[in-house]
Amino acid sequence: MGKYWIAFVANKSLSGGLFLLYVIVTSIGIYLSQKSIVSFLLLLASLLILYFLQFPDKVKWAAALVILGVVLPFAASHGQSYQSYMDVAVMVGIYVAMALGLNIVVGMAGLLDLGFIAFFALGAYTYGIFTTSQASHFMPFGHYPLSGASFWMFILIGCLFGALFGVLLGIPVLRVKGDYLAMVTLGFGEIVRIVFNNLDKPINITNGAMGISSIAPPELFGIRFIYPSQFYYVVLVLLLIVIYMVRRLERSKMGRAWKAVRENEIAAQAMGIPLVKTKLAAFAIGASFSGAMGVVFAAKQAFVDPTSFTYLESTTILVMVLLGGMGSVPGVILGASIITILNLQVLTEVTNWLNQLSMSGVLKIPDALSPAKMQRFIFGLLLIVFALYRSKGLLPAKNMHYDLEKLARRTHSMDAVPAAGETNKG
Amino acid sequence: MLTDLIGTLPQVLIDGLTLGAIYAVVAIGYTMVYGILELINFAHGEIFMTGAFIGTSLLFLFTGQGWIHTLPAILILLLAIIAASICTGVLGIGIERVAYRPLRNAPKLITLITAIGISFLLQDIVRFIAELKKGTYIINGPNLFNGQIHIKASSLWPEFHDATLKSSFLVVLLVSIVMLAVLDIFVNRTKWGMAMRAVAQDRETASLMSVNVNKVIAITFFIGSALGGATGVLFAVQYGTIDPYIGYTLGIKAFTAAVLGGIGNIRGSMAGGLILGLIEMFAAANLSGLTGGVFGSEYKDVFAFILLIIVLIFKPEGLFGKAAAEKV
Amino acid sequence: MKSKKLWSFGLAAVLAVSLLGACSQYSSKSNASGGSMQVIKIATQSPLSGGSATLGEAIKLGAQLALEEQQAKFKKMGFKLQLVPYDDQGDPKKGVSNAQLIGSDDQVFGVIGHLNSGVSIPASEVYEKYAIPMISPASTATEVTDRNLKTVNRVCARDDFQGPAGASYAVKTLKAKKIFVIQDKTAYGQGLADAFKAAAEKLGAKIVGYESITVGEKDFNGVLNSVSSAKPDLVYFGGLYAEGGLIVKQARAKGIDVPIMGGDGLDSSTYVDIAGGAVKNTYLTSVAGDVSKTSEGKKFAENYKNKFRKNVESYSAYAYDAMGVMLKGLENAIKANGGKIPTREQVRDAVRAIKDYKGVVTEVDFDSKGDNKYAKVFIYKFNKAAYPAEQEGEISK
Repeated sequence: MGKYWIAFVANKSLSGGLFLLYVIVTSIGIYLSQKSIVSFLLLLASLLILYFLQFPDKVKWAAALVILGVVLPFAASHGQSYQSYMDVAVMVGIYVAMALGLNIVVGMAGLLDLGFIAFFALGAYTYGIFTTSQASHFMPFGHYPLSGASFWMFILIGCLFGALFGVLLGIPVLRVKGDYLAMVTLGFGEIVRIVFNNLDKPINITNGAMGISSIAPPELFGIRFIYPSQFYYVVLVLLLIVIYMVRRLERSKMGRAWKAVRENEIAAQAMGIPLVKTKLAAFAIGASFSGAMGVVFAAKQAFVDPTSFTYLESTTILVMVLLGGMGSVPGVILGASIITILNLQVLTEVTNWLNQLSMSGVLKIPDALSPAKMQRFIFGLLLIVFALYRSKGLLPAKNMHYDLEKLARRTHSMDAVPAAGETNKG
Repeated sequence: MLTDLIGTLPQVLIDGLTLGAIYAVVAIGYTMVYGILELINFAHGEIFMTGAFIGTSLLFLFTGQGWIHTLPAILILLLAIIAASICTGVLGIGIERVAYRPLRNAPKLITLITAIGISFLLQDIVRFIAELKKGTYIINGPNLFNGQIHIKASSLWPEFHDATLKSSFLVVLLVSIVMLAVLDIFVNRTKWGMAMRAVAQDRETASLMSVNVNKVIAITFFIGSALGGATGVLFAVQYGTIDPYIGYTLGIKAFTAAVLGGIGNIRGSMAGGLILGLIEMFAAANLSGLTGGVFGSEYKDVFAFILLIIVLIFKPEGLFGKAAAEKV
Repeated sequence: MKSKKLWSFGLAAVLAVSLLGACSQYSSKSNASGGSMQVIKIATQSPLSGGSATLGEAIKLGAQLALEEQQAKFKKMGFKLQLVPYDDQGDPKKGVSNAQLIGSDDQVFGVIGHLNSGVSIPASEVYEKYAIPMISPASTATEVTDRNLKTVNRVCARDDFQGPAGASYAVKTLKAKKIFVIQDKTAYGQGLADAFKAAAEKLGAKIVGYESITVGEKDFNGVLNSVSSAKPDLVYFGGLYAEGGLIVKQARAKGIDVPIMGGDGLDSSTYVDIAGGAVKNTYLTSVAGDVSKTSEGKKFAENYKNKFRKNVESYSAYAYDAMGVMLKGLENAIKANGGKIPTREQVRDAVRAIKDYKGVVTEVDFDSKGDNKYAKVFIYKFNKAAYPAEQEGEISK
């Protein structure tokens, strides 16, 4: 089996041709049979196949962009399920970005953060408060609600707010050891949720349990983004920016410092890595992704309330990171996509199918076992199985390969130590 | 307002002790496992919850059999407690064997994640079974101890109001004290207890001293989980209603209690549990009065978490623990 | 090598599951093509898991009963009626994504749901986009209909009617002068408790305490200690049965014997199960009438019990009426369209235009916002530990 695969991948024209055929077939599948999510999933899986093929990086990225930006929306647009697919795709994008943020904290720096959803909540509430009349309850200046055109600015604000709170959380917490860190971050996540749930007196900041509704949709040059299909592009662009940033960070000095801290704190300190600054940077950057995505989430849902930001959500994102592979960017993207699609589409569809079966009398599955309710069970099982047997995840993080000859040539051709001039394979 | 505070003090004290006793025994489970394995057993809250469910089903069984009329209630309760603790003890050993032993040499992160996975799994499995049997997962146990006892605290000092307590509170308190005493004797006076303390101190050297480390760890898990399960039954008796999600919040608060008292220190956890219970009850009863209505009793959970964070940051060894220097 | 094997296995597993999921679409298509009948689906969205599962399940079953009773009538018109239940888990995100799925299924013409106002509000934005009429049997927050959406209707009363109705009964009939209010910090509980508080203050009562509890807690002794030191004449609880039952039980154990009043979130058999004997001398306001008072109601309760082997809950009757209204609107739309399948907009407008529909527990007539003009509030009292309670009075608009 392995031999054939290697041979297949090596033959570029063969693999390229087959891949193209696969994409065309699956997109026609979506186009023609709207409701079949099989074609949808298969088309998304084509991205996964693309990852394994042996083409130069630039070609792969271009192909991925074409598939995501053009093929998918076009194929799905022919029919009723368009918005439903786009909705799922938007949620996948949001969760992928958040999982990448948590990946930096947990996967790269090795700090187990169980309250990650708190930053998401902060971003979402920030946007929600200021784009509805909620802010007029406590802000002494300004004219609220702000219009949707401020959405773009708010993404940056969400980013900065997230980073700020990440640092604020990090400073007291960094003296604490691994297991305790988990509990402290868990406590923090719960505190944020409870506080938001109760912050309607003495001054009404978050409207408590009632949540904030009718949040303004984003506006660009007069177009209002109400439909998930429009949000899709926003999320796609943001996701590309996030992936780019994460890959740059991974290869930078900071990324290597994180890996060192993760493996052995004391040795890293001995090597001169400033422990506190490195950890704070990890927290801040991870939190900033989460905050920015919170803004997008609030704009998409047009309604925020504290029940979206529970401990279960934090654990969901953790499962995504673990499933995909801690520290590995493509792995986390895969893990996040799988979990989100599982949660939002697959489980519901399987439940509906079982319901139809039981209503037509074929099979009687008791209500208690309906798959849509089995979310926790599946997560628990996934966590245990993966932690025990594949703790490296589905697509494990790969270390970077340096071509020694090229490096040697560089050092000899220049007298000074070269800047970040490395190549990598894989 | 101050008069209110003082007036309700006896009642707050009693309620706080009830809550605290439950926290204390569950905290011991956390402490014991952490002392030996340096692992926070996230699943312990769910073991507590499983114990509550097993106990309630046993009580239903006994009631169904009609034994409840022939035997005194306390005997039935004891039977249920013993049966439930044995079941949860075995469950604890099973969890350790399946999920923690293979990862003994893996980084701590992974074991924590497995523990979270088990807690989710247990929650959902119990929910299935409850929903299958009863159609809802909120289960009401039979009422065992319903008598009311009035304490005329006002005779002690006129400022105090009278306090009432359910007789189940006395049962809970007594059983908890007995369990704690037995545990104390076991850990400090028996050979196995000494083995446990040895493994907690230094695992490798203990194994050199011909202590069977695996067996000791299994026994620790058994005892910790059995105690957790027994407390679950007490909880079910005290509050009457249980659902699969009681383990989560209680687990976090019990962990706070364990940390407060000094993790690894059994007597410290007991003290920590009682203190936490009292603080929480006091906050719930008086917070809105103290802050003039700004912060109400809904913030009492936040209290526990903030306390946890403060203790971990400023005195990680807890109130009664010894600071351990990290040796490189 | 090993990773590739595991990989292909994993991929195959994912494919298998998604194929299963896809089968649902294929089987529904085959249902549609079975015979010359067109399929009309009505969806229900309610929490079938989570803390309010008893109520959510009751909504689904009540709607199911109504639908199945009318299936024969629609068959004669040439349409096959089907029920599609969804579980929104009381979570707004799930409710919205389910709403998207519902919207993209062009055979669905209506939704009965949700239970929680916090889920109804965002989900209804989606229904509005797809022009699918929604009738809620249980969402009481004022915000649900205050947005003036064309698709949102409800058969139950609003918080700002139920709360003041309870307040007026408490102050005028029960002569309560000092009231202690507890709420559970959800959109429903807080909305109801706030409405009650405002109305009670207007009627001259003094609110001696306003505390909140968390859903899922079991120990309310702290709050109850504040209650006993405040010595009120009445305790009002805005929240659901799981906490309400425990509060009542623990309050009586503390010696708090004053009447305890709550809203329709308490109106369920599980409330009596949890509170046991302590439930005596408690009141609740409910927007559902007593099914045992009318002969249709009794027949409904019997059919429900025979079919599902469970007793009716308050929301079963409400969902039954909601589905009845929906089907009446559908029928009107079909007839207005000359017997052919109508568009979603036609069904939506027909549902909103319903006048004087007589259901088993309530009459229905939607006003321009989608509220029910006939919504009445009934006051129930528990004189013994049995469900349902006895009706003490009713207050209409």
